[in-house]
Amino acid sequence: MSPSREPLFLARQNYRRRRISDAARLLPFLGVILFMQPLLAAGQGGNGTAGWLVYVFVVWVMLIVVAAILSRRLAKTGSDEVSPPGYGVEDAR
Amino acid sequence: MALPFNILVLVCLAYVVFLFLVAFGADKRASQGGSNWLGLPLIYTLSLSVYCTAWTFYGAVGYAARSGLEYVTIYLGPTLVMIGWWWILRKLVRIGRAQRVTSIADLISSRYGKSNGLGVLVTLLAVVGTTPYIALQLQSVTLSFAVFAAAAPGGFEGADLSATALWVAVGLALFTILFGTRNLDANERHHGVVTAIAVEAVVKLVALMAVGIFVVWGVAGGTTEIASMIADSPISNWNINPGRWAGLTFLSAAAFLTLPRMFQVLVVENVDERQLATASWAFPTYLMLMSLFVVPIAVAGLNVLPPDANPDLFVLTLPLHYNQQGLAMLSFLGGFSSATSMVIVASIALSTMVSNHIVMPIWLSARSDEGATVSGDVRHLVLTSRRLSIGAVLLLGYLYYHFSGGGAELAAIGLISFAGVAQVLPALLGGIVWRGAARNGAAVGLIAGFAVWAYTLFLPSFGEAGIMSAQMLTNGPWGLEWLRPRALFGLAGLDPVVHAVFWSMLINTGAFIVVSLLSFPSPLERLQGAQFVNVFEHSASTKGWAHGGAEAEDLLIMAQRIMGADEAQTLFQAQASDQGKEGYLPDTTPDFIARLERELAGSVGAATAHAMVGQIVGGASVSVEDLMAVADETQQMLEHSSQLEAQQKELTTTARRLSEVNEKLTQLSIQKDAFLSQISHELRTPMTSIRAFSEILRESDLDHAAQEKYAMIIHGEAVRLTRLLDDLLDLSVLENGQVQLYPQHEPLSHVLDRAVAATSSLSAGGIAIRRNPEAEEIGLYTDTDRLAQVFINLIANAAKYCEAQAPCLEIKVSQKLGELRIDFVDNGGGIPPESQAVIFEKFSRLSDQAAAGGAGLGLAICREIMDKLGGTVTYLPGQSGAAFRVTLPVAM
Repeated sequence: MSPSREPLFLARQNYRRRRISDAARLLPFLGVILFMQPLLAAGQGGNGTAGWLVYVFVVWVMLIVVAAILSRRLAKTGSDEVSPPGYGVEDAR
Repeated sequence: MALPFNILVLVCLAYVVFLFLVAFGADKRASQGGSNWLGLPLIYTLSLSVYCTAWTFYGAVGYAARSGLEYVTIYLGPTLVMIGWWWILRKLVRIGRAQRVTSIADLISSRYGKSNGLGVLVTLLAVVGTTPYIALQLQSVTLSFAVFAAAAPGGFEGADLSATALWVAVGLALFTILFGTRNLDANERHHGVVTAIAVEAVVKLVALMAVGIFVVWGVAGGTTEIASMIADSPISNWNINPGRWAGLTFLSAAAFLTLPRMFQVLVVENVDERQLATASWAFPTYLMLMSLFVVPIAVAGLNVLPPDANPDLFVLTLPLHYNQQGLAMLSFLGGFSSATSMVIVASIALSTMVSNHIVMPIWLSARSDEGATVSGDVRHLVLTSRRLSIGAVLLLGYLYYHFSGGGAELAAIGLISFAGVAQVLPALLGGIVWRGAARNGAAVGLIAGFAVWAYTLFLPSFGEAGIMSAQMLTNGPWGLEWLRPRALFGLAGLDPVVHAVFWSMLINTGAFIVVSLLSFPSPLERLQGAQFVNVFEHSASTKGWAHGGAEAEDLLIMAQRIMGADEAQTLFQAQASDQGKEGYLPDTTPDFIARLERELAGSVGAATAHAMVGQIVGGASVSVEDLMAVADETQQMLEHSSQLEAQQKELTTTARRLSEVNEKLTQLSIQKDAFLSQISHELRTPMTSIRAFSEILRESDLDHAAQEKYAMIIHGEAVRLTRLLDDLLDLSVLENGQVQLYPQHEPLSHVLDRAVAATSSLSAGGIAIRRNPEAEEIGLYTDTDRLAQVFINLIANAAKYCEAQAPCLEIKVSQKLGELRIDFVDNGGGIPPESQAVIFEKFSRLSDQAAAGGAGLGLAICREIMDKLGGTVTYLPGQSGAAFRVTLPVAM
């Protein structure tokens, strides 16, 4: 029973749903990259606190908005089941 | 001018009473089942705010005043974890629900084979990591009291800070015991507490934002002014420390997952997975709002307050400085909320862990000789042990506060505590994504990481006068430089926290992975590992108990004592009716025992539940043999089912064949009837003539010529009768396969010659026969006499039935596809298509009997002969006239 019984092709709705969950998986990595930007400025002497303050909060709000859109769509498409069956297979690897 | 202390205490008490009422109301609603709004994602999100303790409420501003923007890393880590919920939190919550996890120690213990050793380890780690943190909360509450005391015009300078802390601790213990241990909830959920926490979350957010708005628009006068104030302030020039920026973000993310109180609200108190979807963006929003005004408040505080003012208390002292009593009060309540909510949830989480992993196992082993079925209410014991644990945890926190003197060192304890509990992270993450993660690996990793953390961060944090001497800190123990606590293995120059996190996590993870790779987990551990890692594939359980040797009654007695009589009886009754039995005692199937154990685990933790059930069921739950048996059983069932399938297929085939045979038999029966009636008809016709004419002959007055004529008729009919009987006999012999063949070598041309000669004498008919002598020069080895019989029949037929003016028969010989074909094609009218199928049947005659002069058995006999010779004779449609094809296998 080792070969996955997942179908090769999915209906449009399921396909969309998987891509949304892909996006949800990638979002934290985008967050890490953006939040670690100040590191690139390190060692260049003084940096304006006010500028970075604005930068951090703009990134923060943007991430929140994207996360809200993604989580709403994820919750809407699978109202009773938050996870599509079979995703666990990927999770397990 | 300042707020009288009495009013402060009064407001404080009123607030606490309000919280009591909220918690009480929510609990009551939940118990009445009308708890639909308790499952709201908003409540869940707000309850996550226990992350924001007094340390963050007051301390963030102080942090910003000292290190600029770095304070924000404490919020960035949780933000990243929350927006990445699809990776880890979703899985944790699912596992928590599937396995009825009661705490992070329970999760680790359950994952690694329900090992209580690991549970104890994680519990101790949590207690060591959390106690200073509780002390920190007590300190912040007492400090905020002190601020009001100092600002007051006198009268209570003598207020003892330590006594304040004690009273706060006692109050918190009371609240926690009251609402945290009201019942031994099967799901370990505390609606009252969660709702109270949510209210406190709102209070602290509103308080901090109010102070922030006051500072920005009330003090500075707008956003541009505050921006220029920041630019002019001492923290305008932010010297970023890359190690701390990245390290603290990681640390806060790790702590967010592993802090016992965070695990409690994130996983244990989670009612619905959809709550998580909302919290994934709503909680980062909360964190963002909490940190929004931190820098402005810090800058304003640095600007207007005296330089010796404690920046950790700017949130309080700024409103007091501007004589905003109401705002200060609100701010105080915000800090109070932060502190109390953290202490309440942390002590609930810790007490659950302590009671499930330390007290219960000790109690169980102390009465192991009596077994788990002895009398006495375990629920009472569990609740008592939890209450005592809450008291003990708060007492520990108070003692820590009291003896550490509430000094500045305490302020640093937040991150130290984070680093301590983060040691659970490798075992936690490894446990849910890697099936190979083993108990030994987790234990060694935890111990190693914990030891490194204690050595490099925790013990040095007590200062040089503490456990480690200054000499040891600078030169290492026994002068070993590479063992210096703050520059382990020569890694100097790093921030102490980052240094400790780096080494402890590296050594912890490394040991965890290496030992896991080397060890061979027990069967139960492997079962649990598969269930945790593949939780989305099968949320249902696999069997943990192979032998149902337990007495249902004993189990019921035990379950009643843990779950309560009603719940236990309902469970048992439901199970019994599932099994089709009456009453309260179901069969103790492995399924049932596993389910019962999981239900019990919701109250006392997986390891304890496992041990208690184990005492009744008897000894080891799963052995390799059992696993193999289960696997074998499955295999056997698979095999069995495939066998059944094959059998069924066979049966279907047989049935189909039977029905075919039946049909054939029916047809044969019809044919036989037809044959009998045919044959009687065929026999009767000549017999009738013979009888009639012989009767005429008996009359003597016939002349000779007439006698001669009638005798000839009788003779002719008798000959016909004989021929018919010969044919029948021939056919019968052929059909029964009793025919003896006499194969011999003879060219085809000879056989045809004989046949043509025989027919020319037989019917003297004027049919012309065209042949191709060259093609006929083929040697045959077969029963040529029989073959000739077939040819004779075909030629005679043509001679008889060809209605052409100048009848002509062409005999064509050809060889194709390894067979010899001899075609007999005449120039007559042929055979109509609808009759072609029946001409080879017995007694089938197309024209009237007189013209035929035969019984209609000729072609049937031909077919039988060719069959016996290994060839065929078929009607060949689409020729100029009637055409028959005789095929023979080419002789070798």
